[in-house]
Amino acid sequence: MELNLDEIAPELREELNRNVLFTTVETVKGWIRSNSLWPLQFGLACCAIEMMSTGGARYDLDRFGVIFRASPRQSDLMIVAGTVTKKMAPLLRRLYDQMPDPKWVIAMGSCATAGGPYVKSYSVVKGVDQIVPVDVYIPGCPPNPAALIYGINKLQEKIRYEAKTGKRVTNP
Amino acid sequence: MEEHVQLTPLERYVTRIGEKFGESAIENAYINELAKHVPTLVIQKEQWKEVARFLKEDESLHFEYLSNLHGIDYEDRMEMYYHFYSYKHRQNLAVKIVLPRENPSVCSVAEIWGGADWSERETYDLLGIHFAGHPNLTRIMLPDDWVGYPLRKDYVEYDEEV
Amino acid sequence: MLRNQPPTESVISPAPEIRTEEMLLNVGPQHPSTHGVFRLVVKIEGETIKEAVPVMGYLHRGTEKIAENLTYTQIIPYMDRLDYLAAMTNNYVLCHAVETMMGLAIPERADYLRIIAMELNRIASHLVWWGTYLLDIGAMSPFLYAFRDRESILDLLNELCGARMTFNYMRIGGVKWDAPPGWIEKVANFVQYMKKELPNYHKLVSGNEIFIHRLAGIGQYDADTALHYSLSGVMLRCTGIKWDLRRDESYSLYDRFEFEIPTAVEGDCLARYWLRLAEIEQSLRILEQAVQQFPADGEIMGKVPRVIRPPAGETYVRIESPRGEIGVYIASQGKDKPWRLKLRRPSFMNLQILPHLLVGANMANMVAILGSIDIVLGEVDA
Repeated sequence: MELNLDEIAPELREELNRNVLFTTVETVKGWIRSNSLWPLQFGLACCAIEMMSTGGARYDLDRFGVIFRASPRQSDLMIVAGTVTKKMAPLLRRLYDQMPDPKWVIAMGSCATAGGPYVKSYSVVKGVDQIVPVDVYIPGCPPNPAALIYGINKLQEKIRYEAKTGKRVTNP
Repeated sequence: MEEHVQLTPLERYVTRIGEKFGESAIENAYINELAKHVPTLVIQKEQWKEVARFLKEDESLHFEYLSNLHGIDYEDRMEMYYHFYSYKHRQNLAVKIVLPRENPSVCSVAEIWGGADWSERETYDLLGIHFAGHPNLTRIMLPDDWVGYPLRKDYVEYDEEV
Repeated sequence: MLRNQPPTESVISPAPEIRTEEMLLNVGPQHPSTHGVFRLVVKIEGETIKEAVPVMGYLHRGTEKIAENLTYTQIIPYMDRLDYLAAMTNNYVLCHAVETMMGLAIPERADYLRIIAMELNRIASHLVWWGTYLLDIGAMSPFLYAFRDRESILDLLNELCGARMTFNYMRIGGVKWDAPPGWIEKVANFVQYMKKELPNYHKLVSGNEIFIHRLAGIGQYDADTALHYSLSGVMLRCTGIKWDLRRDESYSLYDRFEFEIPTAVEGDCLARYWLRLAEIEQSLRILEQAVQQFPADGEIMGKVPRVIRPPAGETYVRIESPRGEIGVYIASQGKDKPWRLKLRRPSFMNLQILPHLLVGANMANMVAILGSIDIVLGEVDA
């Protein structure tokens, strides 16, 4: 469509000058992705209840654009909320593989981070990072909703930073 | 009740079972002071199935509710512990069965008390006690390819680092 | 086009009857209405369930084995994580077992604090059930109301012991923390608030015609079946058996309170729904009396030896948790660690009836039946 800038009223042009900005597609993508993180509704243990509370009335996760999806095909964030057992581990990996790219993982709580109180158990995987790559670890047993929100904010920051700079935020 | 008024519940159970199955069916009988004075019977393993059926169906015993069932590894022997309740007579009863440590096996009571089904599977899964006559004795908690019985005292983890 | 043509003789098969194929449907372990990692393999023909095989153990954490290497006080945090919706009752049952073995006396104030904490937790647990159950069967807003009110309870418990869910509050012989100043009044205020709020819950859901049709007569069984499958709690009381360990094998100070045991005779999902809400009402009654009777001062820890060594022997105690009868068996050899700890988990036992309830049921009712059992997977798998 042809657009003749001369036909636009001067005050409108002024307005355009103030509001149009140039950026890279990557940054826009990062901005969009970080503000519509759809986690997989995937509760494992106690942390899942705190995850539900976060989605509940008081903490209201929806205001960050975080809406729980019941299917891995529709989600791009996996919150591993709880203890991962050796029986569950292959299934967790399969769910991760079913999620479309780009995808992120939050290890919520000490069980998912490193085994937590069940580190000496015969049936518990000591850290979900042995199975899937983890972006953000949230400590706590269970982390309270504010901690989960903070973790999600950190992930959003990370997504935007990576998109903006092209660098990867990884473990040292 | 009137004619048994001098008998404690424990004595009543012992006489009732003794009359039916002979004295040898009960290896020991005592009051467990530590568990809120619950009458405890140690039943001989071979006769357990018949005694169990009798415990449930006899009018004066009538233990229709199985509260709990599990096994214990004592290193030199295995023990089964059952806790029953009779809603009719408002009585508790604990039953113990002593099993050998090697190849422990006891008859299943899953068809008498439906509630025993999964508990027996769990005991089999974690302690390796075999329940003869159980309809579906497979692992319930651990994956089917698991090696060993974790609740045994000599269990060694094969993948400790995972 | 082909379909509109009249079929020739050879095409028509004899006796055209509706045939459906049997199909295996895998529900879970990641499924929003299994409340955790529970898997159900269902064989369906059309919409009717022919067979259902529950598969569990996806959250089996080996608590019983871990406990064998811990002192009794160290086990308490693990009890929190079993039934994480009602951690207080789990705390209590372990402490109660050890106290029974050692014959410890609990100070009155500690007992009242325990009861207040347990009953608050019972309400919170039933609220979660109410919210998520209705979420399962298609109502979104009850979840928001339930969690709003649950947060007030969690605030109270948080103030009492510094944690929202995994409290680690009770100790053998008493409780860890005394009530902060003004806390009892806050509980009293909450009770009044909740009493006013509860009728709104009924207004919102209970009278809804669609809701009633969805649940009435679904997942029905009778008292004999309930006893046969070792059901307890609401699962038992919905068949007309008036049985509550708080009254019938009274522990702690429950004999000092007046409360009803709500029962129903229908034995269906709707009865269980009503019973859980009625139990909230009774818990509020207990709380009200407990707040009134709460002693002005006193110890919160009894006289307990420095190292807790129950005498050699074994014990089995059971108490009423929101889900039913929770029991702890301890085999002690006189050491500071248990030789064997066995947990009788109500969710695990209650779940046993599920495959039998599902046979012949409609597939859409599966979620309604499973939800009405009120399982917590941490407890099912232990």
